[in-house]
Amino acid sequence: MSANGLDNQKYGLLINYDFCTGCHSCEMACKKEFGLAQDQFGIKVAQYGPVQNSGKKWEFFYMPMLTDLCTLCAPRVAEGKLPTCVHHCQAKVMQYGTIDDLAEQLKVTPKSVLFAPKCC
Amino acid sequence: MVVKGNAYNLEIYKDNHTWQEGDFQVFRTTQWSAPGCHNGCGVLFYVKDGKVEKIEGDPQNGWNCGTLCMRCLDILESMYDENRLKYPMKRAYEDRGKNKWERITWDEAYDIIEEKVRYIQKNYGNESIIAEIGTGRNVWWQVPWGCFAGLQSPNQTGAFLSGDSCYSPRSSILALMSGEYLTSDMSQMLPDRYESNEWVVPQCITIWGCNPIMSNGDGYLGHWIVEAMKRGSELVMVDPRINWLSAKAKHWLRLRPGTDAALAMAILNVMIKEKLCDYDFIEKWTYGFEDIAKAVEDMSPARASEICWIPEQDIIDAARFMATAKPMAMHWGVAIDQQPSATPAGQALICIAAVTGQIDNPGGSLVTRSAYNISLFSQEGFEDNITDEQKEKRLGMHKYPMRGTGISAMAHTDVVLESIETDGASNDCEQYPIMMQWMQGCNPIANMAAEAPRVYDAICKVPFNVVVDVVMTPTAMACADLLLPAAMGSERDSIRAWWWPLRAISKITDYYEAHGDEQILLDLVNRLNPSAAPGTEVADWVNDLLANHSDADFDFDYLKEKVIVWPEWHYYKHEKGLLRWDGQPGFNTPTGKIELKVDWLEANGLSPVPFYEEPHESPYSTPELYKEYPLVLTTGARSYEYFHSEHRNLPTIRAFHPDPLVEVHSETCKDLGLEEGDWVWIENQRSRCRQRIKYNNGLDKRVVAAEHGWWFPESDPERLFNVFDSNINNLTTQCDIGKSGYGAAYKCLLCKIYKCTEENSVITPTAQVLDKGGFKYERKRLG
Ligand code: SF4
Ligand code: SF4
Ligand code: SF4
Repeated sequence: MSANGLDNQKYGLLINYDFCTGCHSCEMACKKEFGLAQDQFGIKVAQYGPVQNSGKKWEFFYMPMLTDLCTLCAPRVAEGKLPTCVHHCQAKVMQYGTIDDLAEQLKVTPKSVLFAPKCC
Repeated sequence: MVVKGNAYNLEIYKDNHTWQEGDFQVFRTTQWSAPGCHNGCGVLFYVKDGKVEKIEGDPQNGWNCGTLCMRCLDILESMYDENRLKYPMKRAYEDRGKNKWERITWDEAYDIIEEKVRYIQKNYGNESIIAEIGTGRNVWWQVPWGCFAGLQSPNQTGAFLSGDSCYSPRSSILALMSGEYLTSDMSQMLPDRYESNEWVVPQCITIWGCNPIMSNGDGYLGHWIVEAMKRGSELVMVDPRINWLSAKAKHWLRLRPGTDAALAMAILNVMIKEKLCDYDFIEKWTYGFEDIAKAVEDMSPARASEICWIPEQDIIDAARFMATAKPMAMHWGVAIDQQPSATPAGQALICIAAVTGQIDNPGGSLVTRSAYNISLFSQEGFEDNITDEQKEKRLGMHKYPMRGTGISAMAHTDVVLESIETDGASNDCEQYPIMMQWMQGCNPIANMAAEAPRVYDAICKVPFNVVVDVVMTPTAMACADLLLPAAMGSERDSIRAWWWPLRAISKITDYYEAHGDEQILLDLVNRLNPSAAPGTEVADWVNDLLANHSDADFDFDYLKEKVIVWPEWHYYKHEKGLLRWDGQPGFNTPTGKIELKVDWLEANGLSPVPFYEEPHESPYSTPELYKEYPLVLTTGARSYEYFHSEHRNLPTIRAFHPDPLVEVHSETCKDLGLEEGDWVWIENQRSRCRQRIKYNNGLDKRVVAAEHGWWFPESDPERLFNVFDSNINNLTTQCDIGKSGYGAAYKCLLCKIYKCTEENSVITPTAQVLDKGGFKYERKRLG
């Protein structure tokens, strides 16, 4: 059994950082679901830019990272719900699934990262 | 391929109003105000023992499609904040500014109001009472109605927003040129949204003067644009600041704040010179093309480049893309309104949408009305309750003829201010003093009032003030004699229809004696003028609206059960005869066409075509001032955390964004000996405020961008929560507006910045205003 209590599959999150707008909804959703303290995060958004990294073109990326507090929303998932960060993500750039399925998607989804958190 | 998120489990998320889920009763409804915003997303409230314990986004609601922003996710902190107002309270006139309140009952409160209103009506006239509202709160149709039907005064107004610089400038010129409102098409009119067969993904989205993913302005959820980008839309972004959208844009035009009209005219110049327009649309559906061509002839990209501080080639490239991309959606924001050139800039932008033929087409700019044509705006519907004679006494109607168009049933903010200051001597109609303010859902001295210290003087000068709000605000502390507790969105029945579709707001819980804004106004009207009241319950009122002021064929109960209802949508309405009163094809204008040249403006002493006017305080119009204040100041950029002056009291939100921020280029800082995180004074010839530096190297080095809306709920109420310390509206000005009466320079002023030190911080701006009689400079007057 994996930590989310579902089956022997390992689960994770695929995040397309190309369209992550840095809206903080994932962070806030996680904090409120688990009653985290002000300085605690299950997911935290990092930022690169805005900079002119390659000539004139601007780069400005946000990239959410999972921390060790992430349980992949095991209690929600057990109820048949999505992780709350995935549910509320304003740009809908997060995908929850088995690592196998997400890895297949990753091959054709540029500017994405696949997280297999500690609990998966 | 892009990630589109997972499908939701629709066995759990149902499409009716309420169900049981474990220990929780789940209520499916719309969240809108308080707390405020411009939307009204679909939410699920999880209630146990009458208390909301949890919120989730409603996957069955096609407006937000399950998502929520951080403010709704943190809504429990709003609803159960310890500083929420629980009971009606009164305060003795001589105790204004002091935290000395006495709890009273609603009946006592209404007794006091009734007595004061009758006295003022008898001795000064109904028009001596002003009703004021704030943006984005669910009071926009209720207060106008309550003002006309209850107070029977013609003077309802936005609370001291100079030049009515929010939406009214755009709506008034839209009404004149097209007879309609225009919004960009991100499939929001169609229940199947992005999957709908009718919708076409815009090839180009021109975003001008707004950052919609943060501001969500004008009944529009900004992240819809991100969905279009995921499906291939490319952006032309017109903004002085770099932000996530401008960094992603195909063309980012970094204009000098306040020069929008010049840039839009230069874009038209390129489109017309290079013959890139849609001549078929121009021929069939527009009037005055030759006049526009002539008006923009002299605004070459080279000239605009100098005015706007944008490379000439960037203007040309963007213009070519905007003209040839099909469809092109035009999305414009409040920055157009917040400059003295608001009206001519608006004229030029509407011309761009029209000459490219991108009107009411899938993926273009839609001719938009409220769902089921429900009258929920301050311009329509409710004026039956005041006489024509009363309307003649509305402040600003005579001075500014354009107030007859767009959202026009409002008194002019600057004229109201001068009226208070001069006891009515400056009125543009009959002279009468302002004796009472009814302020509902507005906090002008913390938020929208330009020249906040001046407005503080004015609101305190008015003899009797009623404030309706959810928490104790600086405005309430400063001037309220009566303070009435308003309900949150989940504690009231209401509806949401800006623009589409129609949504129900259901009351599912209570908080002490807080009442919904509708209920308070209904009670007021039933006290003051019962024959105008459609009943005593909010449901009576909503049913009256649905039955008598809309095309809907259902009642409030039906709407509450469905939560969200989509009327049938039609594209190309001008071709189908669906716009004009006479059923003929065309637009609701005198010529039946979109009027690129507006003869009515000319007849009223204004320019019928766009023109360029330099901001009134700028490097070129006031070079002496520029020497002393060598930075261009733009204000009011939004953040994800805050809606205007709201949410500063919520611990979790505040931890994300604890301090007011001014964005400055790091090299500008280096020249000035400043570093990121430093507290600096931002100062001009009027006064100063302090904020913290955040680097933004996408800004022009000569431009700084400061936040608005800051007060400090954690600090002393009797110091008005230090509302003036970081208030960028210490630097803005009243009564220096566009000739049309619209547009004040919130976005285009001059300033200098320097480091805060112990020595130069002895007298804070709050102390200057409260203890030292304010800042000394000459206050501007309307011409
Ligand atoms: S999956 Fe759940 S626990 Fe993990 S980051 Fe997202 S919200 Fe937090
Ligand atoms: S909710 Fe989505 S868009 Fe917002 S910061 Fe998190 S991952 Fe990015
Ligand atoms: S935009 Fe944000 S605050 Fe407004 S209703 Fe939607 S989620 Fe709530």
